[in-house]
Amino acid sequence: MNRTKTYLSKTVEELKPSGIRKFFDLAAGMEGVVSLGVGEPDFVTSWSVREAAILSLEQGRTSYTANAGLIELREEISAYMNRTFHVQYSAENEIIVTVGASQALDIALRAIIDPGDEVIVVEPSFVSYAPLVTLAGGTPVIVNSDKSHDFKVQAADLEKAVTNKTKALLICSPNNPTGTVLESEDLTAIAEFAKKHDLLVLSDEIYAELVYDKPYISMASLPGMRERTILINGFSKGFAMTGWRLGFVCAPVEISKAMLKIHQYAMMCAPTMAQYAAVEALRNGNDDVIEMRNSYRRRRNYFVQSLNEMGLDCHIPGGAFYAFPSVKSTGLSSEEFAERLLVEEKVAVVPGNAFGESGEGHIRCSYASSMAQLQEAVKRMRRFLERL
Amino acid sequence: MTLSEKELEIVEILEKDARIPTADLAKMVNLSVEETEALMKSLEERNIIVQYTALVDWAKIDGHQGVTAMIEVKVTPKRGVGFDEVAERIYRFKEVKSLYLMSGTYDLAVTIEGKTMNEIAKFVAEKLSTLDSVVSTTTHFIMKKYKHDGTIFDQTDGDKRIVVSP
Ligand SMILES: Cc1ncc(COP(=O)(O)O)c(C=O)c1O
Repeated sequence: MNRTKTYLSKTVEELKPSGIRKFFDLAAGMEGVVSLGVGEPDFVTSWSVREAAILSLEQGRTSYTANAGLIELREEISAYMNRTFHVQYSAENEIIVTVGASQALDIALRAIIDPGDEVIVVEPSFVSYAPLVTLAGGTPVIVNSDKSHDFKVQAADLEKAVTNKTKALLICSPNNPTGTVLESEDLTAIAEFAKKHDLLVLSDEIYAELVYDKPYISMASLPGMRERTILINGFSKGFAMTGWRLGFVCAPVEISKAMLKIHQYAMMCAPTMAQYAAVEALRNGNDDVIEMRNSYRRRRNYFVQSLNEMGLDCHIPGGAFYAFPSVKSTGLSSEEFAERLLVEEKVAVVPGNAFGESGEGHIRCSYASSMAQLQEAVKRMRRFLERL
Repeated sequence: MTLSEKELEIVEILEKDARIPTADLAKMVNLSVEETEALMKSLEERNIIVQYTALVDWAKIDGHQGVTAMIEVKVTPKRGVGFDEVAERIYRFKEVKSLYLMSGTYDLAVTIEGKTMNEIAKFVAEKLSTLDSVVSTTTHFIMKKYKHDGTIFDQTDGDKRIVVSP
């Protein structure tokens, strides 16, 4: 008998395709594009890390690891989190090595959501958050941050979004796409809000190594927050290891146990070769991280000043490798701006509305590109603006 | 000499790309163009920035004649001037491209460039070994340059990223 119905889940059918996809399709077919659309480091993983992975293969380390990850990696992660961010998690039962921060987000949300539960998602933000909440059976409740506060979410706005179904709040600092870093007082306000309403905080700290002006503060290091924080981090950004697909999640024992159940059934374990590489990254990679951070900081300084000079108003992003200038002065929508810039000058950026409606009127430019590429992009963007 | 944070940054950036426009360099270190120029000038005057050069891969140039040798030189240091006097005698030859005082089994590491192996052999025999304080020399010819001053000649780690990603 022929298939008579669609077998696809309604939840999946109703998910919006990512707004980034469209720009990828447009840009991928073009020659000579200068891309500021890339959400990953321009550095290749450092050789010592690559070499460690090769060695692990030569030694035949090709089997599964423990579900939570190699114990020596978890011990390194535990020590690293303590020395770098002043948070303490037991390698034994509070750290799970995942397939990227992406999977960490997924198992964190699935571990805490019952059907109908609400999770507050701050936008503009990483494209996966709201869909992952939906896929976990929850309802994302969007709270917007805005330019007048340098895209720092305001506690008063969070208050308006709370209902008796709210279970958690998802934040990201430094943020993709805005580059905004939440400072001590911002974090404290969010922490007080979470405590007041007895919420969990999912804190995506994947860009924590890439902050340029002040020491980084982890949400879990705030008084009373460790017990209600699920901390997500990984190797993709700070260690330039996106393709290895390796991240981790730290949470109190009870929550970790629940996440590990999902991880054990859905994933078994993260890739073994990548885990050996990560051990090397944590043991000997700090100098490389510092060098990359310095390099991003200089490029940020160059690029953000250039944007402001050409008339695209941009706050100084404290971290990550994104500038998020306003294009409102041009009278174009973010999509029009991005599309015309791509077609007319072959510079690829991502329209801000791909990261939530509140991103409208902005574009995301990644400055994780060589200085030569950035200089060329600035030249083309200036020309584009002069013609408008 | 201790450098300020900004001076250090400028030195680090210029060491990788000496041709960067000053206006761009100024932005990278968050200074005005005038301030940046003043710092560069001062670094030049103090001989911290010694020269701005290009790294050339001569091996790619057809018809280029060139041989590089690294020579280990053992010398007898002189009272009062130590190694400096003999070092100066050696580095003043234009054939000498670099010269370092070394720890270990020999004293001076001398890099020499010439057109042919013969030319270098002649230089070693006539100029270098005949110096009073030179005790012995060991000459190694360079067969191929893979990496020089931190730069890989045939870089294969190009940008392999997809053009747009989240
Ligand atoms: C904010 C944010 N979280 C998570 C991720 C996913 O990172 P991973 O490669 O570790 O899955 C990204 C990647 O772009 C991101 O920008």
